[in-house]
Amino acid sequence: MTDLLLWGVLPYVSIALLVAGTVWRARYDQFGWTSHSTQLHESRLLRIGSPLFHLGMLFVVLGHVVGLLIPQSWTDAIGVSDHTYHLIAVGTGAVAGAAAAAGIGLLVYRRLKVPAVRRATLRSDHLMYTFLLGAIVLGLLATILNSTGATGGYNYREGISPWFRSLFTLSPDYALMAGAPLAFKLHILFGFTLFALIPYSRLVHMFSAPVKYVFRPYVVYRSRGLDKIPAQRRGWENTR
Amino acid sequence: MRVMTQVAMVMNLDKCIGCHTCSVTCKQAWTNRQGTEYVWFNNVETLPGQGYPRRWEDQERWKGGWERTRSGKLRLRSGSRLKRLGNLFANPDLPEISDYYQPWTYEYKNLTEAPAGDDLPTARPVDTITGAPIDKIEWGPNWDDNLGGAVEHGPRDPIVEKIRDEVGEKIRFEFEQSFMFYLPRLCEHCLNPACVSSCPSGAMYKRSEDGIVLVDQDQCRGWRMCVSSCPYKKVYFNHSTGKAEKCTFCFPRIEVGMPTVCSETCVGRMRYLGVMLYDADKVAQAAAVEDEHDLYPSQLECFLDPHDPSVQAAARAAGITEEWLEAARRSPVYDLIATYQVALPLHPEYRTMPMVWYVPPLSPVVEAVAASGHDGEDAGNLFGAIDAMRIPVEYLAEILTAGDTDVVDAVLHRMAAMRAYMRRINLGEDRDETIARAVGLTGEEMEDMFRLLAIAKQEDRFVVPSAARADAEALTETHPFEDPGCPVAEHPDRVMLNLGPTRRSA
Repeated sequence: MTDLLLWGVLPYVSIALLVAGTVWRARYDQFGWTSHSTQLHESRLLRIGSPLFHLGMLFVVLGHVVGLLIPQSWTDAIGVSDHTYHLIAVGTGAVAGAAAAAGIGLLVYRRLKVPAVRRATLRSDHLMYTFLLGAIVLGLLATILNSTGATGGYNYREGISPWFRSLFTLSPDYALMAGAPLAFKLHILFGFTLFALIPYSRLVHMFSAPVKYVFRPYVVYRSRGLDKIPAQRRGWENTR
Repeated sequence: MRVMTQVAMVMNLDKCIGCHTCSVTCKQAWTNRQGTEYVWFNNVETLPGQGYPRRWEDQERWKGGWERTRSGKLRLRSGSRLKRLGNLFANPDLPEISDYYQPWTYEYKNLTEAPAGDDLPTARPVDTITGAPIDKIEWGPNWDDNLGGAVEHGPRDPIVEKIRDEVGEKIRFEFEQSFMFYLPRLCEHCLNPACVSSCPSGAMYKRSEDGIVLVDQDQCRGWRMCVSSCPYKKVYFNHSTGKAEKCTFCFPRIEVGMPTVCSETCVGRMRYLGVMLYDADKVAQAAAVEDEHDLYPSQLECFLDPHDPSVQAAARAAGITEEWLEAARRSPVYDLIATYQVALPLHPEYRTMPMVWYVPPLSPVVEAVAASGHDGEDAGNLFGAIDAMRIPVEYLAEILTAGDTDVVDAVLHRMAAMRAYMRRINLGEDRDETIARAVGLTGEEMEDMFRLLAIAKQEDRFVVPSAARADAEALTETHPFEDPGCPVAEHPDRVMLNLGPTRRSA
């Protein structure tokens, strides 16, 4: 029963919250949609921590996509042995994971130690940072435990990955998760909670990666366009 | 020819008394909010001095504005588009709060709420961002006002450094040997804005009707590229909302034909507002000329003569209304920039084609002449002094003509000639046409220029066409007063949009 709730229901709840929240925010809170940068207050630590974290996370996400979505049978078919696969996965994953962890560590330290940045911390940040830090630490922990053999040689490509793929077919094979080590389970729970938090926190800025900038002309002209003023109420309080 | 309209500003620096009324009224109107404590859309700097933010003119450091590549194209100084995207996570060129100043207030409550006692209560300074007490305030938005502390801070002015390095002369800050003037600054609402061009989100834009550069607060994602790319450092980061903000040229006032707050409240009456017609097709090319000294003339060439029938026809074809064309013909700004050519752009070498121009001050020269016991209003004395006083002229040239002293000389000569010409009239002497002719003007033009610069009334200084009347009707259709979201809905019988009588007409 718990397995069904955690691995059969919770992921969908999380994704539903993610989608609904993002749509709501896009429609009603464009004004609040920003990274809430604190570089104005402190630049020195940010210039190390922020690129480290963001670029590290980019590769971490890429690694998750590869590890979870590509079935073991495919890599077997092209002749990549299990050992080679793990060597590559743990090798690149360790670098990316360490970079992300070091980056977020520095950013959190900065947030606590620099008074102006501490003051600029939003209420939603407390929750978000808890789950973000938790997910990263648990992920690293699970990887370390798994590669040192502390989990008894658990192969996530036979347990977690097929379960994750089964989520997409809307027939979650939640029983597959029952045998996963605790560290992995917690990492996944933290991860899905984090997904749900994205649209309700500053993490929402990840959806506005400015790719279009590369293609548009330098100077943007706009007409005053009175017809374009939205007549509906905005999603935040009116100023008094 | 693609005719576009721009509401532009000219400031006559000779008349700026450095009272900061423009800055204060602007702040009260626009930035007296949390998150913008340190923000001054308009500020007044004493020059020579470091300015606000400190050393903003040092583009080696801040990478603001444009540069010309070897192939003759324009590129933002902060690098290629991809480089800027690579710097999204941390902008290496962003000023920190300490580069502006740490905003503070005082614990005023201590003064009113302290219990009766033997000691006088004090109001300690408090950091408005962190709320922590400050032991010693060490910099402010206007720390070197009137050359205060200039012996210590003045030599760090980037222009002073440049003149020292290139001309080999030191600018002196000893009391008797110094010169100074004020420079009020606001957003330049450039024809080729670097901030707009650097915005990854496309949230910044130039309005096609009046050229005002604005930030769409809904689309801004707080990437901060505009803050560093603006060479004038006139886009600010609101640390509370996490979005960029900038001078709006008081667009709600401009739209109804009123002057900006800074212009209207200017005590010295040294600001002029008016319409400029320009050829949008020429801008990119004009901004990319090779020699920096050509940037001022090339920008002049972008402007179109509103009296020229072919320009008027093209403007009408582009949908520009008669009201705007009429305003363009009466534009005091056009006269100062193009007809008399006494106004110059601020730092044309940034290649942004700024649209707030300045009439350089003659006062440092006049004061020096008068201080040496000579007649400070005699044309010959002034002409001689302009040629002899290289340092103020070099300095003015560095900020207004990319270092071309000939242009500054010509403008100062024209101003000096006007002074001498008008003095004769005021003393009841004959009009001396030779003075006017010496600077390429007629006596009539000289008197007209004098009227505009010295005694013009509000309706001649601010010629702003109203865009409001037609809009107001359209607006009441989309936003009826019964709309609960409408701020004036509470007392629909009393509160009305301020239209009609406030509009200035000839």
